[in-house]
Amino acid sequence: MLTVSMTVNGKEVTKTVDPRTLLVTFLREHLNLTGTHVGCDTSQCGACVVHVNGQSAKACTMLAAQVEGADVTTIEGVAKNGDLHPMQAAFKEHHGLQCGYCTPGMVMSALDLLKHNPDPSDEEVRHWLEGNICRCTGYQNIVKAIQSAAQEMRS
Amino acid sequence: MYNFDYHRPNSVDDAVRARGGSEDATFLAGGMTLLPTMKQRLASPSDIVDLSAIQDMTGVCEDDGRLAIGAMTTHASVASDPLVNQKIPALAKLAGGIGDPQVRNRGTLGGSIANADPSADYPAAVLGLGATVKTNKREISGDDFFVDMFETALEEGELILSVNFPVPDKAAYAKFPNPASRYAMVGVFVAQVGGETRVAVTGAAPSAFRVSEMEAALSNSFSADALRGINIPADGMNSDLHGSAEYRAHLVNVMARRAVESLS
Ligand SMILES: Cc1cc2nc3c(=O)[nH]c(=O)nc-3n(C[C@H](O)[C@H](O)[C@H](O)COP(=O)(O)OP(=O)(O)OC[C@H]3O[C@@H](n4cnc5c(N)ncnc54)[C@H](O)[C@@H]3O)c2cc1C
Ligand code: FES
Ligand code: FES
Repeated sequence: MLTVSMTVNGKEVTKTVDPRTLLVTFLREHLNLTGTHVGCDTSQCGACVVHVNGQSAKACTMLAAQVEGADVTTIEGVAKNGDLHPMQAAFKEHHGLQCGYCTPGMVMSALDLLKHNPDPSDEEVRHWLEGNICRCTGYQNIVKAIQSAAQEMRS
Repeated sequence: MYNFDYHRPNSVDDAVRARGGSEDATFLAGGMTLLPTMKQRLASPSDIVDLSAIQDMTGVCEDDGRLAIGAMTTHASVASDPLVNQKIPALAKLAGGIGDPQVRNRGTLGGSIANADPSADYPAAVLGLGATVKTNKREISGDDFFVDMFETALEEGELILSVNFPVPDKAAYAKFPNPASRYAMVGVFVAQVGGETRVAVTGAAPSAFRVSEMEAALSNSFSADALRGINIPADGMNSDLHGSAEYRAHLVNVMARRAVESLS
């Protein structure tokens, strides 16, 4: 067993885990933060995307042990004081989701994009989302939501 | 995934020692290949030696007309590094085209070439630029590094520290990405470097290779037209559900021409 400590959504946590515990398992099963999803076994779908030290990463392809000492933000840490983040609000407003399975990963990935590129073209948004698969929406409204949030966040 | 013992050493010496401690130990870099493989139980190391705490394995520096890139430098860092963009933009572009943003945030140069996936992008640049791979034991010429599918010249427990890329007069990389995984169906790296013309291909065969006929044609006349009619035999090319050997052989010429065209 291994003791890992990290900051998750602003709170310090320390747990004793099996070395093989994935970050996504740590979040979902040890911290009960089930907003981070698992959609595949091949590191391709992006349903599990969280931020580790400010960078988007696939929580299904990291060991909790690798995140020792790091600062992790999950979808649960995005809304502030009960108000949806502009990105979440835009997904709701523009029908950027249907079943919602991919949505936490989409939102976390999109937030990372806007950090690098606050005013992306549609093509740049689509390119950035290559690691996020959505089975429902056809992506059109996801792109629309991200563009709307980007505009809101710039102003 | 089967369980293992986890180590996170702070120095190269400690990492090599921890790796040598067990026959079934393995290094962990970005984990973008190793962890999915372990999840599918295709690998079950007894010990994992995480390289991420070793400071001097990350970053880019200029060294006598060459760029030395630490093995633990992520694809995203190479893609956005000012020095790489200024000196070898083709390499920045190659790194920026690997997988997706989250794979690029974690995956590393050292992990990519140690793994030697037949469809990986970096092998084309290592071979196409005539880079040198520096390990804890020796320097390995890029031409000798890739041996076969998932097989390199690395010895058991040998650790890649950095890769030294010569700065070319010009270079370009063109890849036909697999639309699902973004791995190279075929990728071709073309360079004029140190008075030589080099053409290196990844994705097409079990291991990255150079095409001497194309190199000779481009030395005569550096133009896409010079490559017309130089066809690569389909024998020995990879053939899978994504594309037949013939298709890949055809793509080599198409991608080589695109790479050259992008330079004119
Ligand atoms: C969805 C997805 C898409 C991808 N698309 C592409 C793509 O388009 N093109 C592409 O090229 N790659 C692609 N990859 C692979 C990616 O680039 C990996 O990051 C890379 O192949 C392995 O690097 P890593 O740092 O993650 O290594 P790890 O997975 O940590 O390690 C891989 C192997 O290398 C060994 N190793 C690692 N570092 C060293 C070292 N310094 N010295 C000696 N041995 C070492 C490890 O022991 C292990 O055996 C993709 C991966 C995923 C999950
Ligand atoms: S669960 Fe599919 S990429 Fe992580
Ligand atoms: S909304 Fe259902 S997978 Fe994207």
